[in-house]
Amino acid sequence: MIPFGQVTGVAAPMLAPNIDTDVIMPKMFLKGVDRSGLGEGAFNLLRFSGGKPNPDFVLNREGYRNACFLVVGPNFGCGSSREHAVWGLQQFGIRALIGTSFAGIFNDNCANNGLLTISLDPGVVAELGEIVTDSSRNDVAIDLAAQTIRFDCGRRAIGFDIETDRKEAFLTGRDFIASTLVFADDIRAFEARHRAENPWIV
Amino acid sequence: MAARTLYDKLVDAHVVRNLDDSGLVLLYVDRTVLNEYTSPQAFAGLRAAGRKVWNPKAALMVVDHVNPTAAQRTRAMPDRSAARQVDYFADNARDFGIEYFDILDPRQGIEHVVAPEQGLVMPGMVIAAGDSHSTAYGAFGALGYGIGTSDIEHYLATSTVRYRRLKTMRIHLTGAAPLGVTPKDIVMEVIRRIGADGATGYAVEFSGPVVSDMSVEGRIVMSIMIVEAGARGVVMAPDQKVLDYLKGRPRAPKGEMWERAATSWLALSSDPDARFDREVMLDVSEVAPLVTWGTSPDQAIAVTDIVPDLVQQDGHDRRTAAMRALSYMGLTPGTPIQSVPIDFAFIGSCTNSRIEDLRDAAAIFRGRRVAEGVRAIVVPGSTQVRAQAEAEGLAKVFTDAGVEWRQSGCSMCLAMNDDVLRPGERCASSTNRNFEGRQGPGARTHLMSPAMVAAAAVTGHITDVRSLLRGARQ
Repeated sequence: MIPFGQVTGVAAPMLAPNIDTDVIMPKMFLKGVDRSGLGEGAFNLLRFSGGKPNPDFVLNREGYRNACFLVVGPNFGCGSSREHAVWGLQQFGIRALIGTSFAGIFNDNCANNGLLTISLDPGVVAELGEIVTDSSRNDVAIDLAAQTIRFDCGRRAIGFDIETDRKEAFLTGRDFIASTLVFADDIRAFEARHRAENPWIV
Repeated sequence: MAARTLYDKLVDAHVVRNLDDSGLVLLYVDRTVLNEYTSPQAFAGLRAAGRKVWNPKAALMVVDHVNPTAAQRTRAMPDRSAARQVDYFADNARDFGIEYFDILDPRQGIEHVVAPEQGLVMPGMVIAAGDSHSTAYGAFGALGYGIGTSDIEHYLATSTVRYRRLKTMRIHLTGAAPLGVTPKDIVMEVIRRIGADGATGYAVEFSGPVVSDMSVEGRIVMSIMIVEAGARGVVMAPDQKVLDYLKGRPRAPKGEMWERAATSWLALSSDPDARFDREVMLDVSEVAPLVTWGTSPDQAIAVTDIVPDLVQQDGHDRRTAAMRALSYMGLTPGTPIQSVPIDFAFIGSCTNSRIEDLRDAAAIFRGRRVAEGVRAIVVPGSTQVRAQAEAEGLAKVFTDAGVEWRQSGCSMCLAMNDDVLRPGERCASSTNRNFEGRQGPGARTHLMSPAMVAAAAVTGHITDVRSLLRGARQ
């Protein structure tokens, strides 16, 4: 996964509720066997219409084309488990998502790849969304170690919560499989006991 | 010991060790099912790191998302990218020693139809798989849930996942379902009441007399569809119906082992005084056949209703999203939903493609014809369901009615194969997602039960299936 320390850049508002992974990564981009080419797929049906950039879509507007944060509505990432949605957002340049709630599988996929998701109270997200809607005030700085978000041209700062283990993993870009395999003996011992108790499971 | 929910018991029974002091655990996973589109990067990761699969016997690989559904099935894929995914899938099955059902295998089908058919899903298991609708397995008293590709890779390499315990929600169903109201309508009613994020962060247990009376297949419908309210895991207490479903299946235990397993399984339930973080009650006698009008599964109304006036939506962002949905769907507030004409009718998907779903649909198609200008297709959930439907004469009912009788696969649930709608086409669909572009860019999807899809197919517009059921009885 990509480590996350301090990241500064433009935040774009995308506050509709229930933005699903079909919208984030349409099915036409799901037919590879690797992770390449997914940046083009990110929000593809919103970004383009008739083969041309859709001028109404926020990430095509002046001041937002190089956004690296999205301020999003509730239940962002709902629907399909496709991790392609996360790979695509990252390849498109998105490093963190700030919202009220994230769909479960999507949130785990983000955590496994180093795309930071930050959950805040609805009032705070609404205010942040309103501020970054003004393209002269859309710069945001996230410091994961300090757990702060600085916004509104540096005038404001707020803290955010994150579980200790998740924070460590983001800061170091941990290889989760390697860290789990440290417990291989525990897994073997569990497995032996579990199969003895439930011998119909193979 | 404090009273525990069934969910807590299943998690407790699978904890290998704690990973921190705030509830993060290493959870043992008993089984998985792999498909050709969410697994390739997981196998590539294993190959790159030189890792093996911890327990190849616990996995099954089934091609389901990309396969064509044309009546004449061949091994060839219609496009090169699908062919590459299937070839790589077969390579991975061979190189990692995992059982593989290719598209010509008589056991092939949608993963969530195939795994139960084979008896691979048993009460008490934890089953995590690379598809959001893996909650299907909750219907059997297993904890089923979906994971992404990184977690598939983690599972394959370790037989475990890193897991944070969920909040618990009980959905308690009472009352008698009226004529024409199916498990699909009941779960859609729950979703519209609690919202598309109503169960986000929760493991859901379905309970109550309605569940006890419901068939296992009906329970599967609810287990799958409740994902559209955000549920991250589903469980139900296994009962005699689950045992009857499993007994004699190819992978179910046999003889004395069966007796031992059955005794253990029937003991699985939430303690009577277990506390849930949230309780949802629904009297199903209040439920009508439902249909979605928008692009989120919670945007649903009774088939007798009109397209809602969005001024009632609370909050600016919600209202804006709902207005966008109406515009995408080409609908105007106040329009009776029954007056909306359709171009396409689709019966299929892991939610509604089992034999009971096909019987429900056939009951409507029997003696009727698909309306002029409508294309209707039935895509059975598996090759076995297809064979059974042919043996029961259902396939002939479909073809006599002018419905295309297809081979199995995910098909137009997500349109990753060649079953894709054109922009603006409107589809009555027995699937689970009505997202923008789900059945093709610009395509318009109305979710409903299989019988409701059949009713729309024969009249050419969205129709209250009860009018046709009553007609059939006279």
